[in-house]
Amino acid sequence: MACKIIFDRPESMTETITHYCPGCTHGVIHRLVAEILDELGLRERAVGVAPVGCSVLAYNYFNCDFLEAAHGRAPAFATGLKRTRPDLIIFTYQGDGDLASIGIAEIIHAANRGEKFTTIFVNNAIYGMTGGQMAPTTLPGQVTTTSPFGRDVANVGYPMRMRELLSALRTPAYIARVAVHTPRHIIEAKKAVRKAFTYQNEGRCFSMVEFLSTCPTNWGMTPVEATQWVQDNMVPYFPLGELKTPEEEQDAD
Amino acid sequence: MAKVLLKGCEAIGEAAVRAGALRYFAYPITPQSEVAEYLVRRMPEVGGVFLQAESEVAASNMIFGAASTGERVFTTSSSPGISLMSEALSYIAAAELPCVFVNVVRNGPGLGGILPSQGDYLQATRGGGHGDYKLLVLAPSTVQETVEHIMLAFELADQYRNPIMVMADGLIGQMMEPVDFSAAPKPNPPDKSSWATTGAKGRKPHLIKTLFLSPQLGEEHNRKLAAKYDKMRANEVRYEAYNLDEPRKVVMVAFGTTARVCKTAVDALKKEGIEIGLFRPITLFPYPYKPLRDIAERNEMRHLLVVEMNMGQMIEDVRLATSDRKPITFYGRQGGIVPSPEEVVEEIRKLL
Amino acid sequence: MQIEVKFAGFGGQGIMSAGKFLAEAGLEEGKEVVWIPSYGPEMRGGTAYCTVVVSEQPIGSPIINNPTHLVVMNRPSLEKFAPTIQPNGIIIINSSLIPITSERTDVTEILIPCNQIAIELNNTRGANMVALGAYVACSKVVSLEVLEKIIRQEFAKKPKFIEGNVAALKRGAEVASQEMEKAK
Ligand SMILES: Cc1ncc(C[n+]2csc(CCOP(=O)(O)OP(=O)(O)O)c2C)c(N)n1
Ligand code: SF4
Ligand SMILES: [Mg+2]
Repeated sequence: MACKIIFDRPESMTETITHYCPGCTHGVIHRLVAEILDELGLRERAVGVAPVGCSVLAYNYFNCDFLEAAHGRAPAFATGLKRTRPDLIIFTYQGDGDLASIGIAEIIHAANRGEKFTTIFVNNAIYGMTGGQMAPTTLPGQVTTTSPFGRDVANVGYPMRMRELLSALRTPAYIARVAVHTPRHIIEAKKAVRKAFTYQNEGRCFSMVEFLSTCPTNWGMTPVEATQWVQDNMVPYFPLGELKTPEEEQDAD
Repeated sequence: MAKVLLKGCEAIGEAAVRAGALRYFAYPITPQSEVAEYLVRRMPEVGGVFLQAESEVAASNMIFGAASTGERVFTTSSSPGISLMSEALSYIAAAELPCVFVNVVRNGPGLGGILPSQGDYLQATRGGGHGDYKLLVLAPSTVQETVEHIMLAFELADQYRNPIMVMADGLIGQMMEPVDFSAAPKPNPPDKSSWATTGAKGRKPHLIKTLFLSPQLGEEHNRKLAAKYDKMRANEVRYEAYNLDEPRKVVMVAFGTTARVCKTAVDALKKEGIEIGLFRPITLFPYPYKPLRDIAERNEMRHLLVVEMNMGQMIEDVRLATSDRKPITFYGRQGGIVPSPEEVVEEIRKLL
Repeated sequence: MQIEVKFAGFGGQGIMSAGKFLAEAGLEEGKEVVWIPSYGPEMRGGTAYCTVVVSEQPIGSPIINNPTHLVVMNRPSLEKFAPTIQPNGIIIINSSLIPITSERTDVTEILIPCNQIAIELNNTRGANMVALGAYVACSKVVSLEVLEKIIRQEFAKKPKFIEGNVAALKRGAEVASQEMEKAK
């Protein structure tokens, strides 16, 4: 009986073993993006923009051209790339500190201009790379090294819902939130990534997929506890699903 | 009080608290996030404020706003963060507000790495931001000295109404050494009611600004700042001369952690009967040009060896100090590599 | 006299705190001390090490390429650092996890089954304290009593860990003293 390969490494990924901690879902998200680049045949035109954060080394794992942006500036890099070479497929890959804190001006303006690139936003409710400080997405009461008594919303405000914030802009866009803590969620997440890159490929609009991701190391949990924590704590605060598609009729004002 | 073992970053936080600086705004960056992690617990104990800003641009402008009240305020960061703070540094210097910036330097340029470096020497001493401004820059070489410099920095900031930079490096930030706070002076900030923006009750409004559309006024303001920097040059030069009580054939010039490494090299050679001198600038601005010139001009002095954790930055000041009259050799490491005493000894042997 | 000891092992083996306790003890005895961590990118790879310098004189360079002593808790650390130790130095090897020796003939090498001893004491996380006790018994850098005092202080907020760690420290010292006797 001839054997058939039914599961393999996507061509858009390298063979490098990732540096991510056990149970970290950055790797799953990388794989989904790589699969879509393969399936849509985009790899040879794709240029990724890495953030500053744990995924700064994403370029070691993606088998396509890549740049390393300054902290938070990836959407500006991507704008420069795309406006110079509209034929390329550009994506930024950014953490919550990178996108929602230091780089919030860049992402809002890129989305508002309707820049035709794709943002993969990895929300793990913490600063992973720098050792677990509070992020704009850290949940109320969540303990981090700079909120050791739990996030106090009276003092530092509520966690930012970036999907909702960007969806409030009038410019057409594709904006969705997904999770990867169960196989069912991973399948749904892949659909969103496919749509995001398809809209870009058709030159339609800005697209962003926000991923709820784990950081077992800085949450101080086992990988299994961490996936449960996503379900119990993150999903209720950060509802999943598409919030904006370019097909929607824009409210006239 | 007895000595306590503290990590450099924690010592920075505690020293500031003891200097009466109870307002701290910062953004995390390795290798100095521990300052914030220390102060987030410490500030509430002393009625102070710690706020994690959304970026270094924001943190440094929070410092600008807070400093205008006359309270003692400070921030800490590391190289890429300091680059983002350069805008605020230029504005704060122009507005003549007292405050303290600590740079726990890591290797660059660009994202570089998180390991120690002295690659921000020129940024600190020549100004990373725009315009004719100067920071007074202190370069400690031990955790204890870092504590002393932080406390001194607040005094100098108040005295000169200027931002003061304490430039440490990743090693100082991360290592633990015993710290003695017993000699710490009681904070004694001067009266700032003549300029602070605290509400104009019973007085004329105060205005803090940096816009000078009239060329005459713009130049006048720059002259005033320049006179202040001249006063620093006249009064604030600090340095250490090690094993220089007698003229030496070879004199090393190094600051911060590197100077410490060089000291060990001096001691090691002394055991072999070889006498080498070490000149350690403590203020990087104002630079100790005159004392270094005096040492270099001794007849016996044949060769200077500049040792830095960069590709050659302070060497420019050594050349200015000595007008290139004596040969200067440079030894530098980068990428986060700290030169070892053995390497420095090897370099000296080449010159003997 | 200046002693420089490198503690090395996996992250999570309590390497950093073993070094810190030693530095605290040195300070308590009125000596000059420095604790220098490894904080580079290799930390993510799982190795952790710190160097502690204890001296009668002010300490110069915090960069120590050739320490006098080494305490290693895992094999990669032994392979990496054993060649760097000064002649006549001391190497303490956690033989529970390290099946080899340094093969150096110019140092005193003591094998201590740290994890096994910790398990026997019902304190599986106490292997670092066993190693620390063993090291101090061999090197006499600080006194065991002062070290015990430091451990009691350090765990003051978590009192349930005190006795287990003190027992591990003492047992490590005992076993090391026996090993030293044998070696003579
Ligand atoms: C200008 C600047 N400021 C700060 C840093 C330090 N820094 C590196 S990554 C990071 C945040 C990482 O958090 P996030 O973006 O959420 O990514 P994660 O590691 O959680 O995936 C910070 C603050 C930096 N590199 N540059
Ligand atoms: S620190 Fe957190 S985000 Fe970073 S690799 Fe580890 S688990 Fe993932
Ligand atoms: Mg994050």
